Amino acid sequence: MKRTVKLTVNGTTYERDVEPRTLFVHFLRDDLGLTGTHIGCDTSQCGACTIIVNGQSLKSCTAFAIQMNGAEVKTIEGMAKPGELHPIQEGFWEEHGLQCGYCTPGMIMQAAQLLERNPNPSEAEIRKGIEGNLCRCTGYQNIVKAIQHAAAHPKQPV
Amino acid sequence: MATMSAIGERIKRREDPRLITGHATYTDDMQPTGMTYLHLVRSPYAHANIKSINSEAAAKMPGVLAIITGEELKAHAAPLVNVAVGHEIPAHYSLAVDRVRHVGEAVAAVIADSRYTARDAAEAIEVDYEVLPVITEAIQAYKDGAVQLHEGFKNNLAAELHFGNDNAAAFQNPEVLVEQRFVNQRLAPNPMETRSLIAEWQIGEDALTLTTSTQIPHILRTLLCLVMSIPEHKIRVIAPEVGGGFGCKLNIYAEEVIAVYASKKLGRPVNWVETRSESLRSTIHGRDMIFDARLAATKDGVITGLDIVGYCNMGAYLQLLSTAIPVLAGLIVSGAYAIPLVHFKGLCIYTNTTPTDAYRGAGRPEATYMIERIVTMLAEKLGVDPMEIRRKNFVQPDAFPYANNLGLAYDSGDYEVTMNKAMELFGYDEMRKTQAEALAQGRYIGIGQSTYVEVCGLGPGSGMPTGRGYDCAVIRTEVTGKVTVFTGVSPHGQGQETSFAQVVAANFGIPIEDVIVKHGDTNNTPYGMGTYGSRGTAVGSGALMLAVDSIKEKAKKIAAFQLEASEDDIVFEDGVFSVKGAGGGKTLTWQQMCYVAYVDPKMAPVIEPGLEATRYFEPGNFVYPFGTHLCAVEIDAESGDITILKYIAVDDCGNQINPLLVEGQVHGGLAQGISQALYEEVVYDENGQLISGSLMDYTVPTASELPFYTLDHTTTPSPVNPLGVKGIGEAGTIASTPCVVNAVQDALKTFGVGEINMPLRSEKIWKAMQSKNGH
Repeated sequence: MKRTVKLTVNGTTYERDVEPRTLFVHFLRDDLGLTGTHIGCDTSQCGACTIIVNGQSLKSCTAFAIQMNGAEVKTIEGMAKPGELHPIQEGFWEEHGLQCGYCTPGMIMQAAQLLERNPNPSEAEIRKGIEGNLCRCTGYQNIVKAIQHAAAHPKQPV
Repeated sequence: MATMSAIGERIKRREDPRLITGHATYTDDMQPTGMTYLHLVRSPYAHANIKSINSEAAAKMPGVLAIITGEELKAHAAPLVNVAVGHEIPAHYSLAVDRVRHVGEAVAAVIADSRYTARDAAEAIEVDYEVLPVITEAIQAYKDGAVQLHEGFKNNLAAELHFGNDNAAAFQNPEVLVEQRFVNQRLAPNPMETRSLIAEWQIGEDALTLTTSTQIPHILRTLLCLVMSIPEHKIRVIAPEVGGGFGCKLNIYAEEVIAVYASKKLGRPVNWVETRSESLRSTIHGRDMIFDARLAATKDGVITGLDIVGYCNMGAYLQLLSTAIPVLAGLIVSGAYAIPLVHFKGLCIYTNTTPTDAYRGAGRPEATYMIERIVTMLAEKLGVDPMEIRRKNFVQPDAFPYANNLGLAYDSGDYEVTMNKAMELFGYDEMRKTQAEALAQGRYIGIGQSTYVEVCGLGPGSGMPTGRGYDCAVIRTEVTGKVTVFTGVSPHGQGQETSFAQVVAANFGIPIEDVIVKHGDTNNTPYGMGTYGSRGTAVGSGALMLAVDSIKEKAKKIAAFQLEASEDDIVFEDGVFSVKGAGGGKTLTWQQMCYVAYVDPKMAPVIEPGLEATRYFEPGNFVYPFGTHLCAVEIDAESGDITILKYIAVDDCGNQINPLLVEGQVHGGLAQGISQALYEEVVYDENGQLISGSLMDYTVPTASELPFYTLDHTTTPSPVNPLGVKGIGEAGTIASTPCVVNAVQDALKTFGVGEINMPLRSEKIWKAMQSKNGH
């Protein structure tokens, strides 16, 4: 029995009928076509599916789509206008904060939450702040530097 | 904005904009019309006969399109392929026939019209098993009377390898003898993107497109042709954006065969995405080698002999390169040291576990762990500094190319220079003082080292177990002066879209923006071997440079015609062709060159149109990156917790095209090697059940568990390829594991705890410290 869910994602309002058991990450990817949000595990360890819901970061594999009724959602696709980059995206690019790129959208979304709560985090605070997001390529050092870069350059470069 | 680039410049990656904005396209991001979804029923038992499969209920579920078992598939697909040379291999069917031999082996396939339905139906399939006795450990499986996995393979022996010379003399009354068993535990590669694929059979064309998260699109295409009897020219394999590989996507897998068959059967696209828990059971594992090592030396610390007997756990079947991994270990067990008498015997053994194959380093971490540990143990035994014992035994700079008595010839190196640089950067003597002071206060600091050399850049034209080793590049200039490069390597994070563009742009004197690098699609890239074994740049850039030369050669002919000069007098500098000594005379820009090459009718009778080159590069040898890593750890005596205080890596990968990318590779390599030392472990229980079956139980380390790395380098160009580069993808992993373990053992020296098997989790350390009760 499908149920209706109405929500706003990256500023656009959607209304869809979904099976109650549909995971929110599948809804984003398969129903809305927002494939920038990735799936890296099935036990909520990896954080590749991290998005922002009502101002809080969320692993979108841990929620059902129907729980998102009325939610205000931001995914990686909504971080900057086409042709522009968010300071965190700039940071990842400048500091070689990614290799295969698979964890990157989730990592960027988590970093956004981290910097919103703590605009000038120490290295240890950054490492702690992204503990819920796994990266297998970078050994994390350049991700830490990317977030430091974003903290040091909060305004988008002209 | 035009960026004039040079080789050796830190240029940020051109791959990144699509990846950081969420617009990259990985396999599962595609949704062709009419998509169907595959889910597999997998064996819950490590060893069992399949008595019956009942899929009646599942077949009736709405949305279920097909259910396929091993019996059906067997008639349409040959067993999976292994590169084994000189030994028989048991049949490895994509879907089990009659018997399963490891937990997670696929026994039936469901294809349905949604991901969720496919799973529901898979759960409704009933398989009746007759459970058989189980063996999971290689040494046990090799014993007489052990449970036998495959008929005709006595003692579960898949292959027996021998490298080296007769080393018996070294062990007759050696002045000093060090003996130790070294265990490289089993690891799971865990790229963040699990395996995923979409198989699309094109009705009417009898052709296949397989989009799959692979490191080897061209090789996979050939293998699929062999297994599925589909003509090779009717197969297109696409490796789109690939979310990491680390060796585990260097294979042909059962699911690829099953999905291709299903797509052909249904005439619809078939999607399969591995869950992480599935991945931990059904994607290859790495390591799981036990080395019984003996090292003979003089009282002065000169190593005279080395002997290794290796028990190499293959798992239940041989995947593509399973037996090649111990080969890579065996060839380099003597490491950076000149050891006259050395022998490696490798026993490749079947057990009821997931097959092992290439995982970052693939054999070299196992060899390096052993040699770097045992050399440090020798130093301890002799009461000398571990760095000094290395200095004494290093292959000397004038010995290159150095034949290592195991079948390899090291290309180039100066190990001591690199070691000295690392020791200076680390503050070695200072740290020894700090260590002594700390100990006086009851704090346990240890210093570890690894002065590794590894063998990579697979591979030379001869000397590969798999056939010829080469790669290919096509450089196509466009009419307007832009350049498209097609490479046979298949990067998935390594950054060759940037570094290869850098090389081409620098050679043609054009902005890097004018060059684009294409890879990963067998329809438009030349036949190449893909990306693994730290070969992408080491071999791929060779092909690129040959193609650059061919382009320049033809361009000179064109310039000679256009500038009315002799070819020998044509100079090509900074993107401009001119005539030697004719200052202020006629010139031709790169853009003009490309234009006339394709358009100028005056050249019609004289020069063939176009400006494009296809070149293969087949190196004469492997490359041998090396370096010294040093680390300091502190152990908390209360908890056994290990903190890495400092980690220094000084690596030599020859010339660097883009140091930013080199550093990224080293960082990632270090993380995986350190993690083997401290955290990671695939665990089976005595029934062959996978205890570490999800990321809740298998540790992929987080940012908090890894240290800050300080890097530096020396530069010893390789003579093996045009750019003098050596691979750097695996060096960090290979070097760092023994470095960390040596440090921990050094910290525990006063406890005399003996060898502790990895991973060095705090409870193991704490227990060891308790049992010896301090100094």
